[in-house]
Amino acid sequence: MAFRKIFTQHIQKKTCHTMAFYKKHGGYEQAKAALSKRKKPDALIDLVKASNLRGRGGAGFPTGVKWGFVPKATDKPKYLVVNADESEPGTFKDRLIMEKCPHLLLEGILICCKAVGIETAYIYIRGEFVFATERLQKAIDEAYDEGFLGNNALGSGQRIDVTVHRGAGAYICGEETGMLTSLEGDRGNPKLKPPFPAIEGVFGCPTVVNNVETLANLPYILEIGADAYRAIGPENSPGPKLFCVSGHVENPGTFELPMGVPLRTLIDKHAGGVWKGRKLKAVIPGGSSAHVLTADECDVAMDIESLAAAGTMLGSAGVIVMDETTCMVDAMLNVMRFYHHESCGQCTPCREGTGWLAKITHRIAHGEGRMEDLDLIQDVCDRMVGKTICALADAAAFPAESIVKKFKSDFESAIQNGGSPAWKKRHPSVVGGTASHA
Amino acid sequence: MADTLSFSPTTMKQYEWLLTRYPTRRAALLPTLRLAESEFGEIGVPEMRYVADLMEIPPAFVFGVVTFYTHYRRAGTGKYHIQVCSTLSCALRGSEDVVTRITERLGIVPGETTDCGLFSLSKVECLGSCDTAPMLQMNDDYHEDLSIDDVDQLIEQLRESAKGGSN
Repeated sequence: MAFRKIFTQHIQKKTCHTMAFYKKHGGYEQAKAALSKRKKPDALIDLVKASNLRGRGGAGFPTGVKWGFVPKATDKPKYLVVNADESEPGTFKDRLIMEKCPHLLLEGILICCKAVGIETAYIYIRGEFVFATERLQKAIDEAYDEGFLGNNALGSGQRIDVTVHRGAGAYICGEETGMLTSLEGDRGNPKLKPPFPAIEGVFGCPTVVNNVETLANLPYILEIGADAYRAIGPENSPGPKLFCVSGHVENPGTFELPMGVPLRTLIDKHAGGVWKGRKLKAVIPGGSSAHVLTADECDVAMDIESLAAAGTMLGSAGVIVMDETTCMVDAMLNVMRFYHHESCGQCTPCREGTGWLAKITHRIAHGEGRMEDLDLIQDVCDRMVGKTICALADAAAFPAESIVKKFKSDFESAIQNGGSPAWKKRHPSVVGGTASHA
Repeated sequence: MADTLSFSPTTMKQYEWLLTRYPTRRAALLPTLRLAESEFGEIGVPEMRYVADLMEIPPAFVFGVVTFYTHYRRAGTGKYHIQVCSTLSCALRGSEDVVTRITERLGIVPGETTDCGLFSLSKVECLGSCDTAPMLQMNDDYHEDLSIDDVDQLIEQLRESAKGGSN
């Protein structure tokens, strides 16, 4: 079967975000079928399990299995919280879905609500996405007007309400328990699991948390069936996928391709290759939380298993490309500063660890580093990974330990020669490792 | 001062609608702060107190929530808040040059506001627009694929708008 784009086939059309356009192209037909009284919720869960659809937010958990954890016999309301807090550096795919095909997401939400027996869904969108919020709200208003949402969604007799909930600038709210705490009106501090959200999530009730792109896959799975879906890319992590490519490439952008596309093809063919005719130095394949790859390690397929086997992860599929002129000390300083800024501060290993990683990298970049700092970075990382409530500490430690290990000579050079090239360029009067200020 | 603040009837209606969307009142806090932000122009201590009183939530709790997040428009922010994305993908494509240019043109460094109160400059973390790096957010709007000329033009446009008294 030829590969069919489900997210980006119409995005050049000016009205692609409207209800009229979406309906004209077969929109809401799958939700109508799913919400019909004859369709059993369990059959939908089984179908999604059989499709091997895996979460597109970063963790790659099987979606149908996650739905199956929600208790059937409960007197509590159940909730769906859509993770639209896209804030992993290098990632900009959910924004495209919400701006260009918001109804595809809403149709996915309807299908999930039927499958799990949910009446209330929230779309937690990052506060900075003002335009995407407007587009989503408009689409929701259209869906209410048509009777697709509301007390009798699509004439099914089931109530399904959808509310857009704006975040306010906090990376940690993309972590599912942090997101739920934030949705409850609190500081977005993550919570220890278990209990998992499926059992005790938002407002103390069973909650499904799914990423935007994950839900937007559902209408297509219902349309073509689990077997055909599984045949798109590798069987264990199949499907159409949005890959984000940024950094030093000629043509940065979002590319919809089958899961498992070779990383080299993605960079060289789709993103136009490394810019300015330069050579490739490093790639972060799955958002800045992923282990970095050297140019020699880039012959790898972009799917969950292949990247795990290569010692990194697909994550959010945010591919950040760095050319041969990049100083990896500066790149690491940028990433460490990010995690230090975004740590919620609850857990000491993360609050202090991200701070130390940023400080140590800062002093190496600024000409005050010591050779022992390289071991110290690894030591700090060892004290962070797996020792905190959520994975933000891991997300800082993974790039840190891999960048230092794989690009050690950049660090040694900065330590021996009075700082990183970029810093020395900005401070030409400071010679050697004698700088006394930060 | 807190006594003088109050939502207009239209905003109050939006607030009451918000309360119908959540099973708890407190869950409406973040969106209510957004209402306060657009009604009063910024979130300072008086605005936090007003929201706390309105929602019957302790003021200290509201303060704790507001200060956890970076995106509420805090007291003292200039009319035009220029937020330059400085995370890796933008940094690789010249975000530092964008910041430097703005500093040259406006005479403020990140974290500062011009004396006239017109411009504030911030360096912010990833805005989810890495394919159009370098980029910035000015109030609600994204300005993408920036060249130094684009930065100059944006500043000129904003100065003109300020003179004309419109946004």
